Order: sequence, then structure tokens, then C-alpha cells
Amino acid sequence: MMALKRASVAIVGAAESDLGLCAPGTSPIDLMAQATLRALSDSGLKISDIDGIFSASTQTRYTTLALKEYLGIEPSYHDNSHVGGASFMTHVAHAMMALEQGLCKVALITYGSTQRSVSRAAASPREYNPYETPYSPFLPAAAYAMAAARHMHQYGTKREHLAQVAVSAREWALKNPVAWEKSPLSLEDALSAKMVSYPLTVRDCCLVSDGGGAILLTLSERARDLRKKPVYVLGVGEALSHLNISNMPDLTVTAAKRSGPLAFKMAQLGVKDVDVALLYDAFSINTLLFLEDLGFCPKGEGGRFVEGGRISPGGSCPVNTNGGGLSYCHPGMYGLMLLIEATRQIRGECGERQISKCEVALAHGNGGVLSSQATVVLGAQA
Amino acid sequence: MSEFNLTTESPLGIFKSFCEEGKLAYQVTPSGQAVFYPRIVAPVTGETLSWNISKGEGTVYSTSVIYLKGVEPYNIALIDLDEGFRMMSRVEEMPPEQVSIGLRVKLKMSKDAEGRALPVFVKGDST
Repeated sequence: MMALKRASVAIVGAAESDLGLCAPGTSPIDLMAQATLRALSDSGLKISDIDGIFSASTQTRYTTLALKEYLGIEPSYHDNSHVGGASFMTHVAHAMMALEQGLCKVALITYGSTQRSVSRAAASPREYNPYETPYSPFLPAAAYAMAAARHMHQYGTKREHLAQVAVSAREWALKNPVAWEKSPLSLEDALSAKMVSYPLTVRDCCLVSDGGGAILLTLSERARDLRKKPVYVLGVGEALSHLNISNMPDLTVTAAKRSGPLAFKMAQLGVKDVDVALLYDAFSINTLLFLEDLGFCPKGEGGRFVEGGRISPGGSCPVNTNGGGLSYCHPGMYGLMLLIEATRQIRGECGERQISKCEVALAHGNGGVLSSQATVVLGAQA
Repeated sequence: MSEFNLTTESPLGIFKSFCEEGKLAYQVTPSGQAVFYPRIVAPVTGETLSWNISKGEGTVYSTSVIYLKGVEPYNIALIDLDEGFRMMSRVEEMPPEQVSIGLRVKLKMSKDAEGRALPVFVKGDST
């Protein structure tokens, strides 16, 4: 396989759309268009500069066609790859390939969802699986709940550890003006919250948000002439595991164990070099699994690692500084929002939640029921 | 190699026919590796699979209790069958909160909402 080149491309524009709850009639493409225009303004580029479109959606199946039509983009390259919430990290890798090969010059990666307005059932109907659906498994929550239950069984992880992930996310969210959750959350609040799928309470489960985002990438040479300081793509790694939770070999080990090392190897960096980690927290157990599988702590130690606020503001290992899918925004597929926050941390644009001397940021995406994993390492220096 | 004729039979159709006879069917590769869910060829090797009937005895690999508005809390579980395959199912005839990882379970052919055979599990004989 042809190898991608470290720092060959950079993120030159990044923006969110309006988030939370949208006006009736708002479409996913309205949100993508809004985020795209904001990202263009951030970069100093214009619509006619975009010639590569990368997107995925559960609401608008032919996403790249919809964007081409709505924004009047003439793409020389497009990619509708869909592996759930990790799609957008995958798109970074694919955009890198397209840019390196000259298949396009300005790559747009965008996403939008109105799942809060129209309901999750309407925005993301599940495919029927004759070997799972008859048992009414309430997916995806129950899949992550069974991963959490297994982790508790094997490693002595406690519900308090899961609750701590939710509390840390909330502490960050209170420093993010556009986060959905606005009030403090205590460990006791999280533990006594309504149970959804044991051992996960409503506080262990992500928000159901409207919202979206966009990022723009160019070759690094061109990036240096644009409005903002380039954020270099240092490493990417993708790994697929399974489609259905009943086919996941070990519920306590994710394919992040493969995607992480691929990304670090390409970046020529290690986990110790990461200043901020953005980990796809659709459920609280995810944060523990990814801390372990990406190498922030040994397997099984995730729960004990987050004790005492280590991943909270002021902690030694800042994680999910935007407030995460648990407390900031989770528009069905969340990967792009992590890339936006990672970009802003490296640029130093994060205000009260800014990490000091943020040189390297890791954004890790997850899709399906721990099905697809993709890791992106971004850096301030090429 | 003997080909699956999908114009006359499907892996799911065969599986369901066995269920209607009260049998939990799974497949095995020529080297004896269990495969589940049923498919037309073995993953990785593409070898022809043959059908076996499970003894229906297994262990809970993981479990959850689902709490939905207007529905009694119910169990969902992943069961590791003794023959070496895993499937999603439900452990019934006991409080869902008491289903625990490691619990020995045995097959009970139940019925789904449409009256079709559906393999579920109940507490088995401990070993």
C-alpha cells in the first residue's frame, strides 16, 4: 500500500454549525452549508475553491451529491465513505491521499444532523438483523452497556469510574460557551441518574443534538499562505472490527489498539507527546476503553486512571475539552466535532478551556457499536 | 466445492427451519471451527460449512438490563455456547438484574411476537 506522508496536508479552516436544537424545517444540508461557509471564512477560501467533498450522513444518503447541488461545488474528487461516527477521521486519511495525488486541491469534510428535531429513530433508523433485532437490544446503548459490564467484571471497574468520566466531561462543558449542558454535575448526580441500560445511566449516554461542522484541508505548502496557522496532519490510522456487537471478539478491547499505533507510527510520535486527547465519548465506557487501547494507561486501568479528576480541567491528562458527546454536543455521528476541537486547541482558540502549550492533539473516532476506529494526530509543527 | 443455491435456500431460512424444530443450529468449518451467524461460506477461507445442532448449553459472556418507558425492564445478553460460538439472546424466567456474567444457561425455544420460534436461554445446571 502506498504510504501517506506525515504533515503533507494541513487543516486550514474549521467551524461548527449552530448546535443544540434547530428551527423546524432545518435540514442536515443547511447545517453542513452553514458550517462550510464558516470554515471558508475561517480560512480565507471561497466556495469555488473547494474541489473535493468528503461526507457521510444517516439522514441524507447521497451526501456528496446533496452538497454539490446545494453549494454549487464542482468536485473533481468526492468520497461518501460511511463507517459511522469515525467516518470523518477516515475522511481525513482519504482527503490526504487525494490531496497528495493531486486529485483535488481544497478538501471539504462536513457533517450535519437534525436528530434532536426529528428524533433519533427518524434520523438514524437501525438496519434489521435477524440474529439480534428480535431480542429488542436497544442499540447502540445496550452494546456499550455490555462492554461496560464486561470491563467491570474483568477489571474491577466501578460505576463510579464511569460516572467520573461524565463529571469530567461536564466540568469541561461548563467552560465551553456553545456546550448544551450548562449546570454542574456531581458524582452522586451521575450515579443516581435514571438507568438506561445497566450499568449505563442517562449521564453515561451521549446527548441527542442537532448540529454539524466542517473542516478544510489543503497541501501544507498552500496552507502557509492562508489566514490561520496551519494545523498539520501528522498521522492517521484506521481499523475495522465488526458490524454487530455479537461479532466483537472481545468487548473490552477495541480496534483503537490497531488504529492508534498506525497513527503514532506515521506521526513519529508517542502517547507521551499528546497534549490533549479528544476521544469519541458516545458513552462513558468509550473514554476508558480508548485511554487504554491508545496507550494512555494499561488495559483494565482506565477506571482507576480517571479517578480524582485526572482528565478534568486542571488534571494531568486533559480529555474532551469541548465537553464531549456527553455534555457538549452529539449530533448522531460525532467524529468531526473532535477534529474541530483538536484544531482549535492547537491554534490556541479555546478561551477558558485552552490547554497551555498545545503542540500535539489526538482526535479518536469510533463508529457503530465499537465497530470502526480511526485515529488522527494533529500538530502545530510540520 | 459444493455451492449454496440461494435461489432455493438461504442460511437464515435453514436456521429458522431448525428453530421451528426446537433446534439451535450453527455451522462448522472442515477443521471443526464453529461459525455463527449462519452464512454461505466460512469467513477467511471461503470453505464450505456444514450444519450442526448445539446442545444449547452455554455461559453468559455479557449482559444488560434495558429500562424503557412503559416496558418492564428486560434482559439482553451475549451467550457463549459450549461448542465455541457466541450469539445475542435473552435470559428469561429470572429477574433480569440477577443475570450475571459467567452464569450457566441452557436453551429454551421460545416464540417471538409473531409466534415464530426464537431461541432464548434460562438458568442452566451449574458446573
